[in-house]
Amino acid sequence: MTDTLDRAEQGGQGRTLDAAELAAVRADFPLLQRTVRDGRPLVYLDSGATSQKPEVVLDAEQDFYTQRNAAVHRGAHQLAEEATEAFETARHEVASFVGVADDELVWTSNATAGLNLVAYAMSNATLGRGGAAAQRFALAPGDEIVVTEAEHHANLVPWQELAARTGATLRWLGVSDDGRIRVEDLDAVVTDRTKVLAFTHASNVTGAVTPVAPFVARAREVGALTVLDACQSVPHLPVDLAALGVDFAAFSGHKMLGPTGVGALYGRRELLEAMPPVTTGGSMVEVVTMEQTTYAPPPRRFEAGTQMVSQAVGMGAAATYLAELGMDAVAAHERHLAGLLLDAVASVPGVRVIGPTENVDRLATVSFVVDRVHAHDVGQVLDDAGVAVRVGHHCAQPLHRRFGVAATARASAAVYTTDEEIAVFREALAGVRTFFGLSD
Amino acid sequence: MSTGMEQLYQQLILDHAKHPAHRGAQEAYDVEVHHVNPTCGDEVTLRVRLDADASGAPVIGELTWTGQGCSISQASASVMSQAVAGGSVEHALALSDDFRELMDSRGVLPEKFEGDGLAEEMEDAVAFVGVARYPARIKCALLGWAAMKDAVAQAAATTTNPEEGR
Repeated sequence: MTDTLDRAEQGGQGRTLDAAELAAVRADFPLLQRTVRDGRPLVYLDSGATSQKPEVVLDAEQDFYTQRNAAVHRGAHQLAEEATEAFETARHEVASFVGVADDELVWTSNATAGLNLVAYAMSNATLGRGGAAAQRFALAPGDEIVVTEAEHHANLVPWQELAARTGATLRWLGVSDDGRIRVEDLDAVVTDRTKVLAFTHASNVTGAVTPVAPFVARAREVGALTVLDACQSVPHLPVDLAALGVDFAAFSGHKMLGPTGVGALYGRRELLEAMPPVTTGGSMVEVVTMEQTTYAPPPRRFEAGTQMVSQAVGMGAAATYLAELGMDAVAAHERHLAGLLLDAVASVPGVRVIGPTENVDRLATVSFVVDRVHAHDVGQVLDDAGVAVRVGHHCAQPLHRRFGVAATARASAAVYTTDEEIAVFREALAGVRTFFGLSD
Repeated sequence: MSTGMEQLYQQLILDHAKHPAHRGAQEAYDVEVHHVNPTCGDEVTLRVRLDADASGAPVIGELTWTGQGCSISQASASVMSQAVAGGSVEHALALSDDFRELMDSRGVLPEKFEGDGLAEEMEDAVAFVGVARYPARIKCALLGWAAMKDAVAQAAATTTNPEEGR
């Protein structure tokens, strides 16, 4: 168990991708072959926003539509059987990729939807839905929801809203100057009043990886549910959600080489079984009369209406692709890239990193500000060199406010990123202040 | 550096960004508005005080702004201020429409911006034609103009027609 936790939280300790493997990976991504802005090779450093897709993912979706398309979980014909098989196989591929059982994995349209699902289920439980079993999810004035200052808006706003609907109080853990969540405040902020502890596994801004163990331990001490935003960790690190011991976790397909429009919510089986539904309608029921309805067991209880079947199949293919590369190797490669990115940013005068500057427990996601040049202008100069970065607040306004900046530029790598690309980024970044007539 | 970049960051834009006009927060004002560009966090806080001309029509007596953002948004707010301050509200709104048209031009200067047809106040605004080639930056350039339109509309509604409201 200890070994698994260490592995899950560190990552990148094993073998890395060699040059031939990396070249093969790049050849799998058609989009990476294109040029931008007058014929420059694309240097895609915006994988934290969305990743590019390998051909196996595109083929899986295409194959579903050309060979198997039918409504799943209904119909007595062969196509319906094959479509259902593809859909449920994808569930297995994604569930096993993150170390959980198939029936503990709910398809959602994205990670935001997964986090909202939990928040609204708690809201419904507060209203008495789900009966006595669901009362463990009910909130009342005096109860507290704890989040962190490092959260993406997707793991903050739903909890603000839940607090507003139920009368519970929202509290949060702060962030240190190096961009890490203040784990040392856990005992003070997470108390017997805490019913939910929602936190990110890895910040989409600072790249800092959260040590999950003390969060889970403290939540268990006080009987709080844990909700992990795993969007940034699952594509880049070996993640075993069961071993981490969290109660819920949400992640999206499109950041892990899969399609848009699909994500997954993990919930521990006993919790999903006790949780009332949120979106209701077709496919999630057992018996419907004019007066009332009984609901299907999870995960289908939470999958109302026609599902995003082809995208789920694509997400399954993405999980399999990453699993075949080996997440230890992926993490090791990206750890190397994180070092290069940090070196690149440190080499340019007037550039400040928002987040850990040490290549320890962090992703290859580096946000930075350039002295006296706005992030938008930084991004534009980089774009002119073919380098795609994200600029703005990256859906984390409180974190930016914490560091006294309105916007940052963010370079984020993925498994397909090369040393040469980071060298292009470095050179382009070195030209930013010169372009705007600022001297060192 | 590509031609697109040279057109986007014309010297005039960089100069306005470095030395913005009408930057500040005047003491006397009818309306203050705060506009943000939620995708990038750029923001402008703008104050306006209306006067009336001889015929009683509203005129922008004083206009100042503060804010933070990229060079395009800051320079555009500066150029906008110079173009509209002291002129009639009607004229300011017409210039705003012209600027919008410029932003929708995809980088090809609209005819009305060429030659004698161009209002003198809009000479600097023409430098923003390069922005129209970069769809992600159009909102930056429009931020100050949107704030001005909003502030002027609110001020006109409250100062000239208080009984009608807005």
